[in-house]
Amino acid sequence: MELDETTLSHMIAQLLASTLRVSTPLIFAALGGMFSERSGVINIALEGMMLVGAWGAAVGTLAAHSPWLGSACGIGAGMLLAVLYGLFVIRLRANQIVAGTAINMLALGLTPFLCKIFYDVTGSTPAIPIGERFQSAPLWLSWLLVAGCWLWLNHTPAGLRLNFAGEHPEALDAAGIRVNRVRWMAVLASGALAGMGGASLSVFLSSSFARNMTAGRGFMALAALIFGKWKPIPTALACLLFGFTEAVQIRLQGKGSIPVQFIQILPYVVTMLVLAGFVGRSRAPKALGTPFQRE
Amino acid sequence: MRKILQPILAVALGLVLGLAATWLAGENPWHVLVILVRGAFGSREALGMTLFYSTPLIFTGLSVAVAFHAGLFNIGAEGQLTLGALAAAAVGAVWSGLPWPVAPALAGAAAVLAGTIWGVIPGWLRARRGSHEVINTIMLNLIASGLAGYVTLYLLKNPDSQNPETRPIGAGYAIHQFRTFGEAHVSTALPLALFVSALVWVLLWRTALGFEIRAVGQSESAARAAGIDVGKIRIIALATAGGLAGLVGVGEVLGNAGKFVMEFSPGYGFLGIAVALLGRNQPVGIVAAALLFGALHKGTRDLDLETEHITNELSLVLQALIILSVSAEGLWSWMKRRSPT
Repeated sequence: MELDETTLSHMIAQLLASTLRVSTPLIFAALGGMFSERSGVINIALEGMMLVGAWGAAVGTLAAHSPWLGSACGIGAGMLLAVLYGLFVIRLRANQIVAGTAINMLALGLTPFLCKIFYDVTGSTPAIPIGERFQSAPLWLSWLLVAGCWLWLNHTPAGLRLNFAGEHPEALDAAGIRVNRVRWMAVLASGALAGMGGASLSVFLSSSFARNMTAGRGFMALAALIFGKWKPIPTALACLLFGFTEAVQIRLQGKGSIPVQFIQILPYVVTMLVLAGFVGRSRAPKALGTPFQRE
Repeated sequence: MRKILQPILAVALGLVLGLAATWLAGENPWHVLVILVRGAFGSREALGMTLFYSTPLIFTGLSVAVAFHAGLFNIGAEGQLTLGALAAAAVGAVWSGLPWPVAPALAGAAAVLAGTIWGVIPGWLRARRGSHEVINTIMLNLIASGLAGYVTLYLLKNPDSQNPETRPIGAGYAIHQFRTFGEAHVSTALPLALFVSALVWVLLWRTALGFEIRAVGQSESAARAAGIDVGKIRIIALATAGGLAGLVGVGEVLGNAGKFVMEFSPGYGFLGIAVALLGRNQPVGIVAAALLFGALHKGTRDLDLETEHITNELSLVLQALIILSVSAEGLWSWMKRRSPT
């Protein structure tokens, strides 16, 4: 293939556009993870919440013929799973890792099961017509949300409370604010955003729901959150970086000569290095993973 | 008594909820239950398949439990078993001429070694760099799957197959199959799993190292005050956990497929968490829990064929419901361990 300047700049433009698109679900889910984790609740259930979000959005869009109403269903589905997760980890003080793993399994098993019941097709929904899918709205919305989250976290009393729930829950409690109420709100927000992340997967990036269509993107969002030190803007940039590796993979796929696997594992290796303090330092909220109980 | 009763109640609750879901799907729950039980235990072959699925779950359950006794969460069994199976298959494909019994011993050792390495990494990172093993093991799972893809598709690709799998291993590598179970591949891996369970029991409750592991899990500060090198014990615990998960490769590669097949595991590593939790981190309990989850896995496969609305994904739903039911209790032992002194 001959590479002149126009094809090269065309290729780069395509790659960047693709990066922005594939980062969108990651940004939503990572922001969701940020709410939950900064309030002190580990959220490895992001993967499952995204998956039911993708399913709910596809089903909703097929029924209502509008991606907006469909996304609302996806957000609802994500929140429903978040309620279940919150019930176990906040109310019953179940271990967050165990319950999170169970929630992911539940989502992985339930979504194809429900597809079979709804459409009599195992594992996927029928295709959504192109006119009923998003063209670019989730992309803009995700970046608006990044800005909104930054403002909210750093410049509102509610944002401050969220931080205290994750860093010094006892202090928050002493100030007369219920820690577990803050954590409930955060987990619900987390479910809503992860649900929207899933929705942008099924009604924006692709044209239907498919079995396990998140394929680890929830975990990738979690990695981006750690890479971004639990802060909205760095996290969104980490999502872009991870989205870029995905975009490169998509371009290289089928070319055969270059093993895409090494690009695929790059975000995870980098996240481990960052977490270990080899490249910068990333510190988790102090009370992350510790259930709160009043004395 | 309470110790045995609670997991049983949790299983019953999970099953009831799961069967209620099949009722909502338009099936007769009693009919579903009958198929489930018959599918898992109804014939020698069915029982054989149940045992076949239970074997890897014993290894991953033990893996999660050993780490748990040291106060660590091994979410990485999935990656460790992937690399264990890959290593066994690689040895078998590269040195295909080796004779039995050297060949399976070497492949088994490779499987353990690969799993161990994948356990040492998060152990060392936790002990020496302070980064949490949960995130690291999740990352290592995803990295293992990428590495396995590279080795399978580029280095050891099976030229005679369109599937993502490695070249077959040499004939000398095959381990004994129990013919009683017909077509079901019940191999030496099953007695090996039972033997290893006994070894883990001895390690944890009859050796000084086991005592130190449990001491670190019960109270880090007390262990440190008693002069135990907490970091070293954490590395050893996760290394052992990794090696145990790596053993899954023996049954899968030497006793079943004869090669590494990409994504052969239906989540054995994650199910190991459930098995350890339900089995209360005790080897005997783990064997029993692995048998239960193996039976669920086999039983729901039959449901897929014999009912109109139910797919084999139901097993994931049932297992998730059981984990949730037991986790609200599993919390208590964890809390007791972690309670500030």
